[in-house]
Amino acid sequence: MNSRAVPPPNLRRSFVRALPVSPALVVLLLFLAGPIVYCVWIAFTDLRLTGQAESSFVGLENFRTAFGDEEFLNAVWLTLVFTVLSSLIGQNTLGLALAALMRRASKPVRTLTGGIVITAWVLPEVVAGFLLYAFFRREGTLNAILDWLHLPSQNWLFTLPILAVSFANVWRGTAFSMLVYSAALAEIPQEITEAAEVDGAGGWRRMWHITLPMIRRSIGTNLMLNTLQTLSVFGLIWVMTRGGPGDKSQTLPLFMYEQAFQNSLIGYGTAVALLLLLVGSLFSLVYIRLLRTEV
Amino acid sequence: MAPAFSSRSRNRRRTRRLAADMGLLVCAAAFVLPLAWVVLSALDPRADLRVKAPDGLTLDNFDAIWTSEITFTPLLNSLILCGGATGLTVVCAALAAYPLSRFRSRLNRPFLLTILFATSLPITAIMVPVYALFVRVDLIDTLQGTILFFTASQLPFAIWLMKNFMDGVPKELEEAAWTDGASPMQSLVRIVLPLMGPGVSVVTVFCFVMMWGNFFVPFMLLLTPDQMPASVSINEFFGNRGMVAYGQLAAFSVVYSTPVILLYVLIARRLGGGFALGGAVKG
Repeated sequence: MNSRAVPPPNLRRSFVRALPVSPALVVLLLFLAGPIVYCVWIAFTDLRLTGQAESSFVGLENFRTAFGDEEFLNAVWLTLVFTVLSSLIGQNTLGLALAALMRRASKPVRTLTGGIVITAWVLPEVVAGFLLYAFFRREGTLNAILDWLHLPSQNWLFTLPILAVSFANVWRGTAFSMLVYSAALAEIPQEITEAAEVDGAGGWRRMWHITLPMIRRSIGTNLMLNTLQTLSVFGLIWVMTRGGPGDKSQTLPLFMYEQAFQNSLIGYGTAVALLLLLVGSLFSLVYIRLLRTEV
Repeated sequence: MAPAFSSRSRNRRRTRRLAADMGLLVCAAAFVLPLAWVVLSALDPRADLRVKAPDGLTLDNFDAIWTSEITFTPLLNSLILCGGATGLTVVCAALAAYPLSRFRSRLNRPFLLTILFATSLPITAIMVPVYALFVRVDLIDTLQGTILFFTASQLPFAIWLMKNFMDGVPKELEEAAWTDGASPMQSLVRIVLPLMGPGVSVVTVFCFVMMWGNFFVPFMLLLTPDQMPASVSINEFFGNRGMVAYGQLAAFSVVYSTPVILLYVLIARRLGGGFALGGAVKG
């Protein structure tokens, strides 16, 4: 330990200590940061899939095309509808409701419901897609139930495809919110709710004035994560509707795929990808701000 | 406290529990319908698209898919892809988490914030540029390329989770080993990792489950049918046929989903029911 006398061994020591990070860093730089940088580059070119020796820089052309393209605006709108319906309203509210009910329910019912909801979450994306496809098809389960109740049935995947895929996403994603909120509710001290109960606050008022404010951080985190997850759903919609009929359930990821591969416009598809990435980054930043004190 | 009051409050609690039970059972019924379809149809000789009691039980559907083309090759491919990528992810994440958890450095915080940021990026968005990049560097349609990308996409979350679990192992236990002359690598492998066994297995299982179910990554990066994992082959095989054998589709779905459900049950037990990806969500 004589080296202590020498002034800068710290640099060397820090370097040696940081060495184990390097494999992860190399993989992340090459295969994650690399593609993102490349994404920014080709979004400004006219790169195509076929019959083109090299691409050239076209500046903001792709973005200008996008914002004048009705199909793109349609995809933005559908993405918005899909996110609001399935993530903000569906997964979030249903997850909270399930978590709140579970605190009061008996153990067997709690275990059973939790198990079923979590199974839907753990299933591979494509399998979930098939199951919900079968559920919503004209000759599927939903219409069978509606017939049995003497309610009008219809071809859901044809008439209201965006609603069907939104429901599918709720079915698949609610477990996550349920787990987040179960953990959050478990942390509320029992005395507080009991005191409010003694003071005569009913269930709804307790929820609104005590529980919700106390779990607001979990609500924020959960909304962020749900939204980010929903923004990147591809397989579920692909299996159920392929974005169709026409483009009635074509959210941005599917639009991006169609432009890049069916229309061979990689540059244009990537410009759309970049926009999606930017929106995701914004949500990501908000999410980090919510968590920042804890790093 | 008067007995009348306590019996009334007990009554009220019982009513409330009953109401909560009813509410949950209604939700459970709605959630279980699609799941019931897949299980019943897999055993049904004349399966169609709706949930119904099978016309007699049969294992014919499983027999029919028990071929290398439909089942064995895709599942083996999934295993190679996800196993390889999970192994790589866990090794890289454990190595990276160690200095982040053990040594103080000014770079830790920015690095962890970047990792957290990357954790929540929509990876779907970059698949088109990744495809273009992989064509250029000749990694398209290769298992190793797909494994490396899978690793990169899962690493931020894995490092984050691993670091949080590692923080739970007290440093004092290592200090003894350090005074005995053990290197940091030795103490990581011999002391820290064994002590955080449950944590490591959570990270491993979680990565594996995520990749096993992932459709878009292999769908974009692999082209040869022989290399397709089950997530893609199931869609190609059943999605592109005019006439679909629903019983077989259901049977394959069951076979393909069972491993991840079992793995999930394994880790959920290990952590006690409250596993809400605690490390990730609560920081």
